[in-house]
Amino acid sequence: MSVESIALRRKAADRAAKAAFAAAAALVVLPLFLIFFDLLWKGAKELRLSLLTDLPRPVGEPGGGIANGILGTLTVAGLAMAGGIPMAVMTGIYLAEYGKGAFASAVRFAVDTLTGVPSIIMGIFGYVLWVLPMKRFSAWAGASALAMIFIPVVVRTTEEMLLTVPTTVREAALALGIARWKTTLFITMRTALPGVMTGILLAMARIVGETAPLLFTALGNQFWQSGLDQPIAAVPLQVFAYAISPYEDWHDKAWAGAIVLILMVLVLSVCGRLLARARK
Amino acid sequence: MDNAIEVRALSAWFGDHQVLRDITMDIGRNAVTSVMGPSGCGKSTFIRCLNRMHDLTPGFRHAGEVLFDGRNIYAEKVDPVLLRRKVGMVFQQPNPFPRMSVYENVAVGLKLNGLGKSRAGIAEVVERSLRSAALWDEVKDHLERPGSRLSGGQQQRLCIARALAVEPEVLLMDEPCSALDPVSTAKIEDLIEDLSARYAIVVVTHNMQQAARISDHVAFFLLGDLIEMDKSAKIFTNPSDKRTEEYITGRFG
Repeated sequence: MSVESIALRRKAADRAAKAAFAAAAALVVLPLFLIFFDLLWKGAKELRLSLLTDLPRPVGEPGGGIANGILGTLTVAGLAMAGGIPMAVMTGIYLAEYGKGAFASAVRFAVDTLTGVPSIIMGIFGYVLWVLPMKRFSAWAGASALAMIFIPVVVRTTEEMLLTVPTTVREAALALGIARWKTTLFITMRTALPGVMTGILLAMARIVGETAPLLFTALGNQFWQSGLDQPIAAVPLQVFAYAISPYEDWHDKAWAGAIVLILMVLVLSVCGRLLARARK
Repeated sequence: MDNAIEVRALSAWFGDHQVLRDITMDIGRNAVTSVMGPSGCGKSTFIRCLNRMHDLTPGFRHAGEVLFDGRNIYAEKVDPVLLRRKVGMVFQQPNPFPRMSVYENVAVGLKLNGLGKSRAGIAEVVERSLRSAALWDEVKDHLERPGSRLSGGQQQRLCIARALAVEPEVLLMDEPCSALDPVSTAKIEDLIEDLSARYAIVVVTHNMQQAARISDHVAFFLLGDLIEMDKSAKIFTNPSDKRTEEYITGRFG
């Protein structure tokens, strides 16, 4: 076989392989677009500004919105993050900067296991921890269930991002006579910060969309929230309640709510991406 | 006493592996001391013993003493953090802090060490340090640019300025030019000569020409042993040990 024909065959094989990879990639993103267009198609009927500003209305009454759900989702996710970020980031720092022994391995293993725990279990956890003793569903219960999902993800991203900081950076700081904890907080962490922020935003995008952990904890609410120790509305819960209802107009509202939810997640993801890019 | 650092019977191990054997030598003030030898002779390990950079290395052990200002730096009362402010270090790969400007790179040591300077005081130290590192003229108009955007040679001088900003007495340089091109190397070598007027400088190098150009004293290491140490001129013209002679004439290493 001549040299040219070998080269031709190699180029053809190369092209075929590339096409196969690209096709697989296209197949992966296809569902995202299908879901999005299907949502737009079915939810368009109820997609109006009052969706973002009004309380839900009873069956059969046109209009109304999910404003309480949006506020509720932001409240519960905000609470989860307020408690979760310091704990998760500090744990991540411990694992990356100090975690060598058996305790650190145990923590790492536990965190990995937590990442894989089904979210409904986190809901039951929140139920047992808060709802049973308080005899009431509450924002606190919802937030702690979401924090349990949020924390392990952020712990591992923080650890991984810190480990990407070259040892030479830590050495440079130590050689300047900077104390180790200051080196960690103000040099190493600063270097890893955009990556950690990206991880936090992506984890937030994940908990904003969670439904199962809120079923037994936040419960949902048809009205504005009246306190953090009271049941609270959330967009995924409202979508869930509307979708399983037997009413046609509520089905339409479920679709519209789903659009709002996916947009919230999308905005968070895009912010995460932008931060990741700012890192370079 | 004209010695900045006196090393007395220093041995070092990583786990069971002995890297340095019974090193005794003096490092003079206002002079450049080169530590020369083939790869793996323990020269980097040696200078990292002088500012206790091995403290965090698992498995590191030492015996003997390193006297700085007459006190053993491995004594229990000595805080390695404070020691390192007096004994600064420049590394083989230029390692400016990522995501910090040129200015911040030099200022950060002062700020984090809480040396109690005003904003104007810090600006003054930054300028003085950058001037001392012969970098000021090249960066004075872009102090806010990221340090990582400078060229390799500029980055290394930035690292020198950063080390000078915390006002050390000794400057340890671990093969400071081995990642640089010849022009940048020449600049750093000139700089080392200038700085030796004010600091005790220890330079690790495997480059004999460099050692000959910059040093007042040269220590020749081989496989963890200090073979000999003498005035630079003596080492390169009339070494006492046959192994030194073989090394400098290029017969091995």
